[in-house]
Amino acid sequence: MAVTGGPAPLPAGGDPGTDQHRVAGGLLDPRLLLRSAPDALRKLDPRVMYRNPVMFVVEAGAVLTTVSAIKDPSVFAWVITAWLYLTVVFANLAEAVAEGRGKAQAETLRRAKTATTARRLTGWHPGAEAAAEEEVQATALGLGDHVVVEAGQVIPGDGDVVEGIASVDESAITGESAPVIRESGGDRSAVTGGTQVLSDRIVVRITSKPGETFIDRMIALVEGASRQKTPNEIALNILLASLTIVFLIAVVTLQPFAIFAGAGQTLVVLAALTVALIPTTIGALLSAIGIAGMDRLVQRNVLAVSGRAVEAAGDVNTLLLDKTGTITLGNRQAAEFLPAQGVGIEELADAAQLSSLADETPEGRSIVVLAKERHALRARTEGELAHATFVPFTAQSRMSGVDLDDPQDNRALRKGAAASVMRWVREAGGHTAPDVGGIVDGISASGGTPLVVGEVLRHDGSGSARVLGVIHLKDVVKAGMRDRFDELRRMGIRTVMITGDNPLTARAIADEAGVDDFLAEATPEDKMALIRREQEGGKLVAMTGDGTNDAPALAQADVGVAMNTGTSAAKEAGNMVDLDSNPTKLIEIVEIGKQLLITRGALTTFSIANDVAKYFAIIPAMFAGVYPGLRHLNIMGLHSPTSAITSAIVFNALIIIALIPLALRGVRYRPSSAAALLNRNIWVYGLGGLVAPFAGIKLIDLVVQFIPGLR
Amino acid sequence: MNDTLGGWLEILALVVVVALSFRPLGDYLAHVLTSPRHWRVERLVYRAGGMDPDADQRWTGYLRAVLAFSLISVLFLYGFLRLQNHLLLALGTPRMKASQAFDTAASFVTNTNWQSYAGESALGYFVQMTGLAVQNFLSAAVGIAVVAALIRGFTRTRTERVGNFWVDLTRVVLRVLLPMAFVFAIVLVAAGVVQNLHGVQDVPALAGGHQSITGGPVASQEAIKELGTNGGGFYNANSAHPFENPTAFTNLIEIYLLLVISFSLPRTFGVMAGDRRQSYAIVAVMVLIWAASVALITANELHSVSSTAGHDAGGMMEGKEQRFGIWASALFAASTTLTSTGAVNSAHDSYTPGGGGMTIFNMMLGEIAPGGTGSGLYGILVLAVVTVFVAGLMVGRTPEYLGKKLRSREMKFASLYILTTPAVVLIGTGIAMALPGERAAMLNTGPHGFSEVLYAFTSAANNNGSAFAGLSVNTTWYNTVLGLAMLLGRFLPMIFVLALAGSLAAQQPVPVTAGTLPTHRPQFVGLLTAVVLIVVGLTYFPALALGPLAEGLH
Repeated sequence: MAVTGGPAPLPAGGDPGTDQHRVAGGLLDPRLLLRSAPDALRKLDPRVMYRNPVMFVVEAGAVLTTVSAIKDPSVFAWVITAWLYLTVVFANLAEAVAEGRGKAQAETLRRAKTATTARRLTGWHPGAEAAAEEEVQATALGLGDHVVVEAGQVIPGDGDVVEGIASVDESAITGESAPVIRESGGDRSAVTGGTQVLSDRIVVRITSKPGETFIDRMIALVEGASRQKTPNEIALNILLASLTIVFLIAVVTLQPFAIFAGAGQTLVVLAALTVALIPTTIGALLSAIGIAGMDRLVQRNVLAVSGRAVEAAGDVNTLLLDKTGTITLGNRQAAEFLPAQGVGIEELADAAQLSSLADETPEGRSIVVLAKERHALRARTEGELAHATFVPFTAQSRMSGVDLDDPQDNRALRKGAAASVMRWVREAGGHTAPDVGGIVDGISASGGTPLVVGEVLRHDGSGSARVLGVIHLKDVVKAGMRDRFDELRRMGIRTVMITGDNPLTARAIADEAGVDDFLAEATPEDKMALIRREQEGGKLVAMTGDGTNDAPALAQADVGVAMNTGTSAAKEAGNMVDLDSNPTKLIEIVEIGKQLLITRGALTTFSIANDVAKYFAIIPAMFAGVYPGLRHLNIMGLHSPTSAITSAIVFNALIIIALIPLALRGVRYRPSSAAALLNRNIWVYGLGGLVAPFAGIKLIDLVVQFIPGLR
Repeated sequence: MNDTLGGWLEILALVVVVALSFRPLGDYLAHVLTSPRHWRVERLVYRAGGMDPDADQRWTGYLRAVLAFSLISVLFLYGFLRLQNHLLLALGTPRMKASQAFDTAASFVTNTNWQSYAGESALGYFVQMTGLAVQNFLSAAVGIAVVAALIRGFTRTRTERVGNFWVDLTRVVLRVLLPMAFVFAIVLVAAGVVQNLHGVQDVPALAGGHQSITGGPVASQEAIKELGTNGGGFYNANSAHPFENPTAFTNLIEIYLLLVISFSLPRTFGVMAGDRRQSYAIVAVMVLIWAASVALITANELHSVSSTAGHDAGGMMEGKEQRFGIWASALFAASTTLTSTGAVNSAHDSYTPGGGGMTIFNMMLGEIAPGGTGSGLYGILVLAVVTVFVAGLMVGRTPEYLGKKLRSREMKFASLYILTTPAVVLIGTGIAMALPGERAAMLNTGPHGFSEVLYAFTSAANNNGSAFAGLSVNTTWYNTVLGLAMLLGRFLPMIFVLALAGSLAAQQPVPVTAGTLPTHRPQFVGLLTAVVLIVVGLTYFPALALGPLAEGLH
């Protein structure tokens, strides 16, 4: 399911099949850490660091302590200086690792983008028998050009099929090896540059400029080249910057107080205190969290055009879900045989099965299967029946069936829309049982589709005709959907089912699936109006779509997930593309969006809570000399002032490395109410952040005190 | 009745009367701030000032009005003080020197009421009544007006308008402060507070010799001094002076007055926001912090006594009035430093390091429990915004408070707000400690001397106005710098609050769902309290370590 195998195999994070509740990501690969190290060092450039105010302050502090250590060398000064640099490097490493995972994916995508030549048709128009053909570089293609692609050739650019039908291998972008059918017209006309035609010949109209193709955009996205800070990230950055300023002021003004107290501090100690106080943990991991969030989507084969869209997914209030394929299995299935008065159920089942043997639609197959399972009727193969002529379904007759021309069994069977079959029976001189109408209405009322089965006997030319009964076809709601919707409700998200069915049918399915609301007989305009209405109430709406007529709604929705099988118009309009074309994934996307924000909040809380312990390490170390009473604040019993300060700084740096996996994976997220989520996160990250550093600093102090020269 | 029982009874009585006032006063304030009707006398005011009372202002217009009005107030008061020897009822007081006049004008306009002079000897009655008392009303009303604008930011939708400053100001003065101050001034007179225009009287003392006793319009000023969380005393000794605060009963009334509006404003917020549960959450945080502070100061004064005299007196009686004792003094000290009042009925400087340190810490909290009139509520609401932001992220949504999203714009103003006061306090104290000349103004050495300077800047920047003694602040440097600290500490936050209000008002609210962070539950109360304590604690811990902590830990 992953986009690639890349050089470092991508971890198949959180298979939704095994644990639906867990949104998880990859683990931290030590080799990836090593490979990211040069990048991490390169990012020490102040012109790069400047973008991250918190870490910029750390770097500036490190430079100052370096100067101070050179002028007035001591083991302590050098140890602190080294760890300040390490703090910055660790922060850069987090970002480099996150980016590295994207780069590996981009690499594989690039391979799909090998230079191809295109066979451009000049003067092609629909229906043209022949058009002049010329070979050009794929990069020379412009919007609206027509190209012909035949079996074995690579499609030179994104476009729509305007002629022909072909099977296409899209594994380069979807990772799915089974070929897909692409044909002119309709909702399966979009093809992607870099994919390969396996059979037949198609003419494609190019719809993207060179360099702006889908693959180009994918590469840019997974590499993070076009990464911009998301609104939420900016807001958090502002808060972190202001906390940094507060702590800077607190430390800078501390010096005159300290001098008055007769305990003026060295630059090294002041820099160490500053770094210990400013929120380095979250400052170091903030951008890695954002990149990893996008990456988690990519691992689920979803491409988001921006981080903004991922964040919006976490905020979604209303999910619009297409009934077919999302809530129900793709097609209706036979659920029951209901015989007419005087007809045996076995007889009806047999007739229904016979009439469906040649029916390759999913509905037809489900009838055969039901007869076999429920009534032990073996499905006969088409060749098995001599003298059988199968009558296919046509839009005019609205029936399908079989004519049996056997001397023992000379009869015609039809199944189809109630009105059509009844008319057929009446025309053959038969009568319709009075109860059939009631059965048909009953099925319709319950949201199912009735298929009437009729029979005409042709003994001796004089026929007798009758209606045998009704097949109840119904939508089958996918397993586990009700639980999923209950979960969403607990998360405060309303689900609306969109269907073309009549309101009656829609209500029945909506009730069965447990969605909050439904939109029946939905036209694209209705969908659009629904989205607008929700948005006017301040709600954020997410939806999936694939057809061209979904495009306006996809564009209007706050989160619009286009199916990769959909038209290029739909893919352009949405802000995410699901390469697996699985509409149920919308729910996972929402969870990933939420997880991204939770990870930021949790690490911010952790980072700030950490400061309490650091004060208890550093303040007594600084001032217990002049005010011995402050020794009481050294509740950790740290060895010496220098070891205490060193331990705090080492802890501050190591916690970044320790939390990189969490930043990349995202914190644990279980769908539940806001209050319950908050409770859990406060206990884990708030209280944990308060307590953990006391233990951590003490442990480090037990080691650090043995550094020779560090008193 | 022993001291402990008396102390508990006084606290109980206070809690009961404040609790009883919460609903009616909060509801009434909400009515005053939202009613479409103008009183006739108000219309006269608007006509005289050339204002259109029905025109709503954008946040920028509202801010301009606040700043312009305050600037004019400063200039007027400054003029009065500089020319007071020419005014009526001057009692022969000389004109005030320029730096002190600036300091005093800034002080009274910013609701600080820091006094680097002694009221009875430096000011005449006319200035006390028309200069200082008038500002006592106006500065309190300005705070309430600003918080009204912030509340409208939460309640209004897709608008740039946050109300009309002139209407808010006028109504709060005429409909709330004047009537309440009038009634309580009479109560105070009845209870023994002086109210006359007798000037200085020469009285033969019991032990021979003579004593000059200054009378004055004290009760009328005393009521608004407490009610408007001003705190500027008629006498230098402030509420420790028997003419201002003669008995345990007046003491209780004064504490009640300085708490009642600020504790009731959350109710106003809940009513205006259409969700009363929100007001209980906010007031719960205020009560928690207030109760903890009262408990800690009382316990420190009773038990952390180091001197023999203190042990004999059953507590730290140094600097406390015999008629109030430890309990009523500690209750007053906690309440006055947790509001922006700054009136004192005892010498905070003489408190135990723990008790005195708490009074500093109370002010450092930004005076939000319950804080100054208006400023307390907007202070805690900004902290609530920060809390909601961090907590909101932890529930996986763009954080929203009362349906308004907290995006980068909102966080910018909230962050600037929480940055301002600590910056003013710490930089001010830092400069004072770095300048040898200003260090010479310190009368004490060691951590206690440092605490006194820290107290001065904390009090000024947070617009409290109380002081640790022991610092000669009537110098040109201190008058100027503390005056600036008061102005910055008052008006920069107001700018950010009004900008926040404008930004919130422009938003379309988000509907509340199960995924929304609930901000009315005990969970949020605990979280907001923790954020307040941790953010403030972290900011000031080094300074406190070198002051009260160094002094108190042995």
